[in-house]
Amino acid sequence: MAYPYRHEKETRVLSEHFGDPVARTLDGYRKRGGYQALARAIEMGRDAVIDEVKASGLRGRGGAGFPTGVKWSFMPREKKGPHYLVINADESEPGAFKDRELLRWTPHQMIEGALIGAYAIQAEHVYIYCRGEFFEPAQVVARAIEEAYNAGIAGRNVLGTGVAIDVTLHLGAGAYICGEETAQLNSLEGRRGQPRIKPPFPAVMGAFGRPTTINNVETVSAVPHIINRGSAWYKGFGTEKSAGTKLYNVSGHVVRRGNFEFPLGFPMHELIYDVCGGIRDGRQLKAVIPGGSSVPILRADECDIDLDYESVIAAGSMLGTASVIVMDDRTCMVKQVRRMVDFYTHESCGQCTPCREGTAWLGKILRRIEEGQGTEADLDLLLDLSANMTGTTICVLSDSAAAPVVSSIAKFKDEYLGHIHDGACPVAAVAVA
Amino acid sequence: MANPKEARDSAGPAPAGAATAAPPPPADTVSCTIDGVPVTVPKGTRIIEAAEIAGVGISHYCYHPGLSAPAMCRQCLVEVQGMPKLQPACVTTVADGQVVLTESDRSRAARESNLEFYLLNHPLDCPICDKAGECKLQDFTHAEGRSHGRSVEPKRVLNQDDFGGAVLYEGDRCILCTRCVRFMREVAGNDALCVVQRGHRSVIDTFFEQGLEGDLWASNIVDICPVGALLSKDFLHKARVWDLDKEPSICPNCSQGCNITIETRDNLVARLRPRANSDVNSYWMCDVGRYGYDWFNRGNVPTGTLGNADTIGGGPNPTGRVEQPMVRDRTGRLRAASWQEAVRALVERLTALRGRGGVALVSPMFANEDAGLAARLLEVLGGGERLYRSEMAAEEVVCPGFPRLARRRELAANGRGLSAMGFRRVGDDSGAGALDALDVTGKLLLVLGDDLADSGESFGAGAGLFVYLGAFPGAAERNADFILPVTYFSEQEGTFTNLEGRVQRFWPALEPPPLARPAWQVLGVVLAGLEDAPAPASAASAFLRLGQLHDAFGGLSYDQLGARGALLNDPVRLAADSRR
Repeated sequence: MAYPYRHEKETRVLSEHFGDPVARTLDGYRKRGGYQALARAIEMGRDAVIDEVKASGLRGRGGAGFPTGVKWSFMPREKKGPHYLVINADESEPGAFKDRELLRWTPHQMIEGALIGAYAIQAEHVYIYCRGEFFEPAQVVARAIEEAYNAGIAGRNVLGTGVAIDVTLHLGAGAYICGEETAQLNSLEGRRGQPRIKPPFPAVMGAFGRPTTINNVETVSAVPHIINRGSAWYKGFGTEKSAGTKLYNVSGHVVRRGNFEFPLGFPMHELIYDVCGGIRDGRQLKAVIPGGSSVPILRADECDIDLDYESVIAAGSMLGTASVIVMDDRTCMVKQVRRMVDFYTHESCGQCTPCREGTAWLGKILRRIEEGQGTEADLDLLLDLSANMTGTTICVLSDSAAAPVVSSIAKFKDEYLGHIHDGACPVAAVAVA
Repeated sequence: MANPKEARDSAGPAPAGAATAAPPPPADTVSCTIDGVPVTVPKGTRIIEAAEIAGVGISHYCYHPGLSAPAMCRQCLVEVQGMPKLQPACVTTVADGQVVLTESDRSRAARESNLEFYLLNHPLDCPICDKAGECKLQDFTHAEGRSHGRSVEPKRVLNQDDFGGAVLYEGDRCILCTRCVRFMREVAGNDALCVVQRGHRSVIDTFFEQGLEGDLWASNIVDICPVGALLSKDFLHKARVWDLDKEPSICPNCSQGCNITIETRDNLVARLRPRANSDVNSYWMCDVGRYGYDWFNRGNVPTGTLGNADTIGGGPNPTGRVEQPMVRDRTGRLRAASWQEAVRALVERLTALRGRGGVALVSPMFANEDAGLAARLLEVLGGGERLYRSEMAAEEVVCPGFPRLARRRELAANGRGLSAMGFRRVGDDSGAGALDALDVTGKLLLVLGDDLADSGESFGAGAGLFVYLGAFPGAAERNADFILPVTYFSEQEGTFTNLEGRVQRFWPALEPPPLARPAWQVLGVVLAGLEDAPAPASAASAFLRLGQLHDAFGGLSYDQLGARGALLNDPVRLAADSRR
């Protein structure tokens, strides 16, 4: 859906200027109130900024939903060397495309949020780790950084306050795993992008061995608004535990796909059938992945839920990045899951044995079933492998590959059995009809 | 462990059961229980190390005590009570009161599953794999793996890759533990290897045409590879490892004194491997030392050369080694004699030379015990010059990741031991020269081991008595009055003193020719005929004798040397040593 598309139910905070090319420029951003929050934050002082963000209830938008203010407060108060802030712009989860739009349309909003964050945690350098395939967004961000330097916003003397914060754009080289924060740090340092063992946590030993905080693009983009309008205002959106607004990025078999901003806790049913205009071609809803490819699948009858962190967990999945993948009744779940597993197989860094070997094995078994060569015993094997791949590795990529396998066998077992017994896809008939 | 007395007094790790009765442990230790065995260890100790102290083995692949631990093989996952997930024992430090369960259902299931993952793409070609018999994948799968594989999928197939130098890579067998990559980076200081590709397509590789050529330390990766992925070109298909006989020894190929194991088959050296000694070589050795074993086999391999065939009457000697004591008779011919005859004749000749003194030229490839008794014999005869010749390398090559270890300039194993006994190095850096200048007219010329390769026709001709102890007659055949067959260091018990002054024991790894004897034994028996001292009955008593004769060795005994050796009483400080 091309911009400017705006649904009347939306609450646009972060996405207010999507589709407005003037807002990308420093002048345009300033005319829309930009960089006032930064000045204000430096006036407030570090502790007050952290307290304000804590009070706002802002949680990390990269998927885990960890409270941002609390994360900032993990950084050492007494500075014994450089601190770093890394902005995770390596958005590569299948289904997720919210950061891309934030980078494209509101680069200064992110830079302002990052500078406030860097100021709060006493970081003298912000690294924006941008996904390598984001050519256009990276150009937009690079231009914005240049503008910020030229205007004295970034650099040796931020807004004339004497605070020094450098901003560097770093492009990844095309690895999903580099979105994992410790793999990202390795990649940033020029090492092989593979996750590190924790502890030590990044707040103790992160980039270049120094205390580091890693924040998602959407997370820091919310920060200027919190500083400008106050934590109480921000907390007024959403639910008690899931405060604020969130970009819901919807893809799949709906009429209108795209980014839609709502307070957390927006009903999924309303999102799909009202905001997105329902299922395409008059088909029936079959399943939804509510938070990007790495969270468990929900069946159509499980979709009448609110989209906040707690409600989705209660429904047996996770909100993740709120990347809602909608599938209609023509979707072959075996093929769908096999494709996701293939993705994780391709993107496994290869460090941990269960992930390196397990992802490829899952894919081979699924392909056999898909092609009608499977047996019922294969389903038990898939479940056993998935269990062996869960909780046994350094990062959660392995768990992510196993999750859709387990949830799809639990919820769509008939479809697997159809492939196994009939040697053909049972939804093929539906698709033709 | 500078003082051997301290070494003797300090107790080893306390037995685990003793912890309960003992007073509370000091603050810098923690106590935990591993599979029900209580153990107290220093703070910061990792579970895998604490378990070893507790006598509990935890299977592992990527962990190696000499390298960093990436905790990526996931084989050492253990259950720690109170923690929801299994923890990697190689990086999780022990906490006070911790209860570790390596044999719980969850721990066992995780290991079984991990082994299944490893075997998915493993070719199971153990019957033709050099690692079989000492392969950790084989061992752990045999112990805890599934009896039947569940995979019916085709396996990944890669080609063999020549990594350059002495190493081959068999990618199909590789389990990607990255020990080799970390060794090269952390110990050899050479980023020669890396993991390329990712996920299940990962392989270990070199950079384009750049391989391991010229890296002095590279072959250690063959030892630390837990499977048969890295192969030694030298050992390739040479022997099944269960057919090898293994003896602890000291590398004789330079003065570093790396602790090694000599592994032999059918009385031939098949390979040398490093033995851990944190005071000397950590877990490593250099490739020059590792592959410099052909000369140990001399005399065990038929060379086709004739030594003394015409005189011993038993047909051609296939090895060229001296096989019997040889004594020059009145007609000027060397004749085979029994040891009894030879020693009696030698004592007689020596007695006649008493007071004349002479020259002892001893090879620094011989043991302290051998050289010490040679020095004593010279002393009994009235003293004289004690000399040795040795090769020097152009430069020292320090191991970047363990600077105490270096390929030393002094290439002789025991030059330091000889100088501690008053021997003086003569000749040039190729181990030649200085022979013509020796004045032995009318005196004793005692040569032990030196091959005299550059000696002139008349070398030793004018000596009052020319006694040669060695394995090959070589140039001594021309003028020596006695040629007595002695064993190499690899065929006898004894000690070398390394550059630092560390005295370390070695044990016989090869069978010597039937009549060859250790030089200390021959010299001891001869000395017993000349002075009022019993011949030493063992290498240990020969070593004690050294202590009486030379202050540097005073107070040392085999018991004190132990597994890690002990320093001479006047050790030197090593330039590259940062710890002392």
